[in-house]
Amino acid sequence: MTHPHVTQDTDTPTGRTDPAVASLDDLHAHLRTQLGATARAWLGQALDEAAAHPGIHGPVSVWELRLAEAGRRCGSAHADAARVLILHAARADAGALARVYFQGTAAERRAVLRALPHLVPGPDALPLVQDALRTNDTRLLAAAVGPYAARHLDPHQWRHAVLKCLFTGVPVDHVADLARRARGDGELARMLGDHAAERIAAGRPVPADLHRVLTLTDPTAGSPADTGTGTSGSDGKES
Amino acid sequence: MRLFDPHIHMTSRTTDDYAALHAAGVRAVVEPSFWLGQPRTSPASFLDYFDSLLGWEPFRAAQYGIAHHCALALNPKEANDPRCVPVLDELPRYLLKDRVVAVGEVGYDSMTPAEDTALAAQLQLAAEHALPALVHTPHRDKLAGVRRTLDVVRESALPPDRVLLDHLNETTVKEAKDSGCWLGFSVYPDTKMDEARMVAILREYGLAQVLVNSAADWGRSDPLKTRKVADLMLAEGFTEDDADRVLWRNPVAFYGLSGRLELEVTATEATHEGNSVLRGAPGDGAGPAGIPAGEV
Repeated sequence: MTHPHVTQDTDTPTGRTDPAVASLDDLHAHLRTQLGATARAWLGQALDEAAAHPGIHGPVSVWELRLAEAGRRCGSAHADAARVLILHAARADAGALARVYFQGTAAERRAVLRALPHLVPGPDALPLVQDALRTNDTRLLAAAVGPYAARHLDPHQWRHAVLKCLFTGVPVDHVADLARRARGDGELARMLGDHAAERIAAGRPVPADLHRVLTLTDPTAGSPADTGTGTSGSDGKES
Repeated sequence: MRLFDPHIHMTSRTTDDYAALHAAGVRAVVEPSFWLGQPRTSPASFLDYFDSLLGWEPFRAAQYGIAHHCALALNPKEANDPRCVPVLDELPRYLLKDRVVAVGEVGYDSMTPAEDTALAAQLQLAAEHALPALVHTPHRDKLAGVRRTLDVVRESALPPDRVLLDHLNETTVKEAKDSGCWLGFSVYPDTKMDEARMVAILREYGLAQVLVNSAADWGRSDPLKTRKVADLMLAEGFTEDDADRVLWRNPVAFYGLSGRLELEVTATEATHEGNSVLRGAPGDGAGPAGIPAGEV
């Protein structure tokens, strides 16, 4: 079979527009230029409502309603950014974020993960990251390994997150602060080496990203270098 | 040929089915919530299922270039179990979600008072959430069940042109059509409708507001029945445009009433490096699930 022809989501971190990396002001400015008039007006009202009525009210707070419908109002390409802004306007704390994460669709969960570095200063929201890292949904995995995980995941969990990215084909460009956390991590280097050996034993290519991360584990590593020699690919089985 | 299966339980199907569906031309599906064969015993079991229909299943479908939407409800059979009924209290927050394009499957199984209550309550929820409703008609005592369903629909706040009556056949199509509801037909290997009878009904009753589905699930069923009906339509003298109307435009029009259809599929970036569904892919583009990096 040939692979279905689908629109490629080239959603790799791009600084100004990635909802986990960009400043909230930049996100807002970006959305203002990208959204049509109706969506722009909807978002403006949603942010005003969220700011006026933060917190949890009744079964569904008004900002939770806006969070749920952001995809169909703004379009899926802009939904993450719109949702991050709504969560910020509603001043959602770790408790509110846990509620909307666990009551959310995959798209809402992704937005919550991307909002974490903006909204939660301490490690209180780690259970959400850990939940996402247990899934096999690569969109959630990519969002889970952002700046919040870089800040708060302990070494064991962080190493497994990196390995899971390699295993499921999530580009390690999504892993925030990769070079700093990988540098001098001998245990990560061992895990990467073992994974490479397992793939070679099976006659499968070693992902280029693996070589890249392995290089970064060198205690003397400088700037990230792509020394990948294998072709892309992973078996991705994680069940 | 583009196809839309407006009723298929992909949770119960494999990735091989997704691949076959895409190869047959299916680009969009709606998965209504139903029972799992094994009865549930608590609302929590429904919530995990709903979460899956809004998370993992659309992700799986996207890997195969198929847009996945869902309809959510307490199904008729389990509406009779008082342990399950409290899920009705949780439904409103789910009906707000993107990609929920209908309330369903609701309707009758054994035509009990508990089913009366659940059907009426969920038609009201559909009206309140500006969603259409997918209404299952019973497999036993079907004509009486359709009549009783129509009575409840008439008493509801939901106009008939926002209701799809499903699993219709020769004995129920006329009354269903006269009601102004949309007409759904499930084409199965042994039961319900088959391709030839389906085409005969299209010839007799026309194409307006008719939807054809495979209703494929964990039982004996065939996810490619939509394509087989389209092929037989063409063989029997219907035009390509006729097939497109029944198997694409009609479902788009019905579920489009929700304002939540999103038919463009976006694969995750991970697909060009292998991914978490296409496990075991060779990754070099040579094998069945291999995906050459430049091709997506």
